[in-house]
Amino acid sequence: MLLTLSAILTDGLVYAAYLFIVAIGLTLIFGVMKILNVTHGSFYAFGAYGAATAVGIYANSDLPAALGFLFMIALAMAIGMIMGLVIERGLLRLVYGRDEVVVVLVTYAAFLILEDVIVLIWGPGSYAAYQPMVAAGNTELGELVLSNYDIVLVAIAAALAGIAYWALKFTRYGRLLTTVIFDRETAAAFGINVTLVYTATFVIGAMLGALGGAVMAPKISVTLGIGVEVIVLAFAVVAIGGMGSIEGALIGALVVGLCRAAAVHLVPQLELFVIYGVMALVLVVRPYGLFVRAQPRKI
Amino acid sequence: MASRAQIIGGVLFLIAAAAALVLPEWVASLVTIAFANALVVLGLVVLWRAGLVSFGQALYYCIGAYTVALIARWTGFTDAIALVLLGGIGAGLVAALVGVLLARYREIFFAMLSLALSMILYGVLVKTESLGSTDGFSVATPTFFGYAPHGQALGLSLYWLTLVIDAVAAMLIGSYFRSVTGALAAPIRDNEIRVEFLGVSVTRIIHAKVVIAGVLAGLGGALVALSIGHVDPNMAYWTTSGSFVFVTILAGSASVAAAFIGSLLFEAVRSIAVDVMPSLWQMTLGSALLLTILFLPEGLGSLVGRLRKRADAKP
Repeated sequence: MLLTLSAILTDGLVYAAYLFIVAIGLTLIFGVMKILNVTHGSFYAFGAYGAATAVGIYANSDLPAALGFLFMIALAMAIGMIMGLVIERGLLRLVYGRDEVVVVLVTYAAFLILEDVIVLIWGPGSYAAYQPMVAAGNTELGELVLSNYDIVLVAIAAALAGIAYWALKFTRYGRLLTTVIFDRETAAAFGINVTLVYTATFVIGAMLGALGGAVMAPKISVTLGIGVEVIVLAFAVVAIGGMGSIEGALIGALVVGLCRAAAVHLVPQLELFVIYGVMALVLVVRPYGLFVRAQPRKI
Repeated sequence: MASRAQIIGGVLFLIAAAAALVLPEWVASLVTIAFANALVVLGLVVLWRAGLVSFGQALYYCIGAYTVALIARWTGFTDAIALVLLGGIGAGLVAALVGVLLARYREIFFAMLSLALSMILYGVLVKTESLGSTDGFSVATPTFFGYAPHGQALGLSLYWLTLVIDAVAAMLIGSYFRSVTGALAAPIRDNEIRVEFLGVSVTRIIHAKVVIAGVLAGLGGALVALSIGHVDPNMAYWTTSGSFVFVTILAGSASVAAAFIGSLLFEAVRSIAVDVMPSLWQMTLGSALLLTILFLPEGLGSLVGRLRKRADAKP
């Protein structure tokens, strides 16, 4: 009983860490630009493929394993940066000001195109990048065996949450961002370069999406279609917490992570049901998510 | 005006019905699927006119399909017409239920909640071993008032059934668009508070639209289940909803006919793309969607309107 409980807690925490890393970029982009970015799934997939490539290159060299992990993350984030720049400057710029829903469809179209770009670059086969996970080893806590890699994952998520909080509250860029989130036009009127803030936000969001893919690559089989699944998961997390809210994404990730872990250990049939069931339940009670105040209706 | 559209529609219906006799079998079955899916698109057009996009229309599509498949499996009842209608009714009941909830939401939240609801169904179906889990299961061969066709005759019967249901749906939705409630869609899209000042309940209108779209999607799913002869949980997955939204944007909301033409075009482009460049068909679709949004914001349907205007300008 106690073992199941601690297993639920640790599994839930690891899964929540994964969800948070994937969702934070999505919620950041939505908060600032009001874009529900379906392309986030592509950033995740490209990050994972990039990481798998990096691990493949690195496994053939004789350098220490810890550096391989850093190399993997660096390559994935570089890919994310380039993709973010290209998509924001080359595509989204054209549709700013159109209906929110139309912009979602534009990102959906970009996602479809990028799915095939993956096939063009990496081919239809799947990749394994388990080496960093194996190199990290395990820690035993009584009967419970934890992978060190999972502990690192939780640490990365916690660090991201801390950095995001610090950057938004205590840095110049963060304060500018808060103004833009609060009222775009007033911010522009006060001389804030909103175009630049948008580009920077989108690139950071894309890099975070790629980071999510990179850290997950060693735990999964990197194969076609991994982006498709991630999008809806990240949507669920972000919708629960309130779209555009960083603390919301954190709470949403914890709620979904723990509920899913509980379902997996107690009633495995409900694994997927639980995630979206929780989302629907939260949306019924609080339509705009847990951490967003309802907007007054404008006439 | 309306009567001219009805005459054109009637002629097209007869041509489509007669075409089945000369079309190769695989084309006919492709057209059947396209016209069945067109019903789902028509439902999305109903919502889109009021500014709503559902990213979860696959929920009703899948319920329609599974209703047909399960009734045939559990009771042995195989009459195609009754089954399809039951599929529509089943989906309509679900839509009436979740519509109470959905009608409170707008914009992105409407899209997200419908997505969540369809993913719940997907999650349940994937984990239900008795219904074949991710593989789904086969649907019994349908009969028509005791007539039990096979092979090509079966395909033809389903083709005509789909056409008849399409024609009825097109007429009903056409008159709905011309009714007062239908005409209120654009004002709701522009400013719903002002519509409420007219003394109309926007929530109730949107609930009705959700139910209409649900019934249409259910009918579409039911027809597809019978034509393919197989159902699986992917019918409820978000990418299925995504492709319906895709066709809706491609077709535009200008007219009822746009849904059918758009769906036909989509199915044609998809099968050609899959055939000619199997690894690039998503890219083809994505590019088509992008080009439509960038250069034809009102959809392909608006082209007809433009041509008509040009013709009117030159007497």
